[in-house]
Amino acid sequence: MSVITIERKVLEKNDEIARLNRALIEGHGLFSINIVSSPGAGKTSILERTIERLRGSVRIAVIEGDVQTDFDAQRVARYGVPAIQIVTHGGCHLEAKLVQDALARLDLKELDLLVIENVGNLVCPANYDLGEALKVVVLSTTEGDDKPLKYPVMFRNASVLIINKTDLLPYVSCDLETVRRNALQINPQLRIFETSCTTQTGIPEWCRWLEERSRRPS
Amino acid sequence: MHELSIAQNIVEIVEHYVPEPARSDVRSVRVRVGGLSGIVPESLEFSFSAIVAGTPLGSARLNIERVPAICRCEDCSMEFEAADFVFACPGCGGMHTRLISGSDLHVVDIELEEEPVQGP
Repeated sequence: MSVITIERKVLEKNDEIARLNRALIEGHGLFSINIVSSPGAGKTSILERTIERLRGSVRIAVIEGDVQTDFDAQRVARYGVPAIQIVTHGGCHLEAKLVQDALARLDLKELDLLVIENVGNLVCPANYDLGEALKVVVLSTTEGDDKPLKYPVMFRNASVLIINKTDLLPYVSCDLETVRRNALQINPQLRIFETSCTTQTGIPEWCRWLEERSRRPS
Repeated sequence: MHELSIAQNIVEIVEHYVPEPARSDVRSVRVRVGGLSGIVPESLEFSFSAIVAGTPLGSARLNIERVPAICRCEDCSMEFEAADFVFACPGCGGMHTRLISGSDLHVVDIELEEEPVQGP
């Protein structure tokens, strides 16, 4: 028997490309977020409301990750921002290499904010650094208030939590205080926003936070 | 099922270190999987065996070492295992805790039947 000692991170290759992406994004002075959630939590709707509100002051581009179709990129492109669709053809998450290819198709020096909308999935995207500044996890009130405890790795790795669809609170058994408590138990540093894309509640606060980070130092 | 993509990365690392003629001598690949890595060990084993089946690495087994998620409390310095992802300090109840191990996802070493091979 012989042993070859290796001691290498399994995702070393992904992490290396993520470092290059981060250097490229930050090198152009861009702020960047990686939005993750279960399917249907409202990532694209939040993005639409965000672009509507910020497009006058922040130059935004979007990288859309989906298992199939370019529907989301079409939705976002209607607002007149550059939108690159990555179709993973069954892949359950985005990887740094896919984002690297998408970045090459964007004119980064003309942008302030890059939004990467990940594939709807609260498990797999947690492992893959894409090179973003931070992760934003979206949880909708219809999913129940115990979700942070069920998917702790994602909530631990995220910096921001958006609790979406708050307009549906009267109809679902979801207690906002319990969501907050569960999320903060996993990650006490989480910045929490509560939004409804239908009534626009909470969208201005979220956009203000995002705008402050996207503005170039003058 | 991202364990499949993780397993593919493990296979690529093994192939990088073990040249073609020696691959059939690989008996086991040791990986360290943290309790907070989000990886299901059984699923990773299954994915690995599915990928190597019918290849020169076909007789290689994945040997998974599980590493518990250990936190340190920033307030009282107590170290504790974050069982069931509860990160509050059991000593003082504080929430300012830092993960010091458990996010690992590493290939540790490769065991071969025969003489050592020269890595690249």
